[in-house]
Amino acid sequence: MTFLTNMTRSEGDPKVITSGPSSLSSYDRLARNLGWFSIGLGLVEIFAADRITGALGMHGKENHVRAFGVREITSGFMTLSVDKKAGLASRIAGDALDIATLATAMRSDNHKRDNAAFALLMVAGVTLLDIIATGATTARRKVQKGHGRSYGERSGFPQGLQAARGMARKQFEDQQAIQGTASGLTKSGGGAGG
Amino acid sequence: MRALVWHGKEDIRCDTVSDPEIEHPRDAIIKVTSCAICGSDLHLFHNFIPAMMPGDVMGHEMMGEVIETGSQMNGRLKKGDRIVVPFTINCGECDQCKRSNFSVCERTNRNKDMADKAFGHATAGLFGYTHLTGGYPGGQAEYLRVPFADETHIKVPDSLTDEQVLFLGDIFPTGWQAAVQCDIEPTDTVAVWGCGPVGQMTIRSAVLLGGKQVVAIDCIPERLSMAEAGGAITINFQKESVIEQLNELTAGKGPEKCIDAVGLESHVSMGQPDTLLDRAKQMVMLENDRPHVLREMIYVCRPGGIISIPGVYSGLVDKIPMGQAMNKGLTFRMGQTHVRRWTDDLLRRIEEGQIDPSFVITHTVGLEEGPEMYKVFRDKQDSCIKVVLKP
Repeated sequence: MTFLTNMTRSEGDPKVITSGPSSLSSYDRLARNLGWFSIGLGLVEIFAADRITGALGMHGKENHVRAFGVREITSGFMTLSVDKKAGLASRIAGDALDIATLATAMRSDNHKRDNAAFALLMVAGVTLLDIIATGATTARRKVQKGHGRSYGERSGFPQGLQAARGMARKQFEDQQAIQGTASGLTKSGGGAGG
Repeated sequence: MRALVWHGKEDIRCDTVSDPEIEHPRDAIIKVTSCAICGSDLHLFHNFIPAMMPGDVMGHEMMGEVIETGSQMNGRLKKGDRIVVPFTINCGECDQCKRSNFSVCERTNRNKDMADKAFGHATAGLFGYTHLTGGYPGGQAEYLRVPFADETHIKVPDSLTDEQVLFLGDIFPTGWQAAVQCDIEPTDTVAVWGCGPVGQMTIRSAVLLGGKQVVAIDCIPERLSMAEAGGAITINFQKESVIEQLNELTAGKGPEKCIDAVGLESHVSMGQPDTLLDRAKQMVMLENDRPHVLREMIYVCRPGGIISIPGVYSGLVDKIPMGQAMNKGLTFRMGQTHVRRWTDDLLRRIEEGQIDPSFVITHTVGLEEGPEMYKVFRDKQDSCIKVVLKP
């Protein structure tokens, strides 16, 4: 992609020669792939619900599958967003629902039991990936409550807080008294004024 | 040279890129000695600001030494000068620059046509930001080309360290402008939402400008501790009601001056249901920004008060209570910072020891650690408030 964007840059602008280490971790990429997978699966569930129920021997549950499709797409958008942790958590909850629903297809009179078993195995595998991605995201983004540093010494005022209070205003008022001007603080404080 | 380069959402890389070159007689090249990661860089990191392109060099808070100049410096800049670079590029000659409205300079945005369509009228060129503001390469790099360099610079004396003056390029004048445009009176309560780097500078500015009390609102204990050190009364919005506390501190009348140092990515929590709705809309691109702070400020501000907005917003926001704002007669002041308008005065204040902006620095690392530090800063890990990079 940078090859194309390099061509649009002006002559003196820096252009990428070689790419270095990225802020995007392998877990971020996993989460992103799971998000796109979720949206893809959701679309299939919405538009091909009858074929899915047919393959799994679950006739009559088409609306269930469509509702699951909407859920998948919502989770997918959340997982692709900055708040991927919420998206991944919703995916895990969805995985549990999928497993519970597929378990009902494992009854002995279902001729498509093998398909349902394969689907269960797939869902279990994806659940594992969801858990791995969620674990990594949670560990990284957890703010360590109660373990943070205190910056209580950092006033930023070398002459102390009390001396700083109103210092700029006092200087302005002194200037005003000397100059006898009535111009606003904005212009005096700002040098050039607005 | 090495530079931190934007490749997509949450994807910043430390790349090898070609060195910048002089393009125009008013250009100069600096060797960057210090640069910083700004809160608004996180909006780019999260891809909330439109019109970024893979390969864009990040960074708009930087300083260094001039190593090459174009032929039209008019004696104002020469090799060897030590300068801080304002993040707003200004020509110094257009109608807006003559009025010191440097962030809306009429000549420095090289993508003016695109910006005219997006904003109605183009604003100034900015370093390391969207192509709507010119797409100029930023300063999280070893070298930087400074366009209109004869105007776009702040010379700094050798007696001050990089850390003391670096923030003249953005967060210090941004916090100062936010406070100044509130017209603070000695009887005023000034409430500041957000205790990130801009919020911290805003708090110090409001203290220097003599507000009766400055109230800082955040939920991160480290940031609140720094705000308290700077003279603020603090409110942790996860532990107490902002509206109740502000009313209590103002005898039920509300603060006269409210400052939004948060911007488009306000905190999302179950306790503030509007933030959940905003986040959901943002995810499906029905809304650009999360304006919870704006809503809260409009609600709690004293009638006749001033709302000042240094926090960055990118586009469309929903459910802004204009009825409350109109009936209460509130005044809104906002905008990217007119950096050069303030910097002579602020540099003098640093030299006189009124303020030392280096208090806000919590992490100093090499450029190659930049990609990781974006995540550390975003996730507020290791008590991170402000990251300085040394290329």
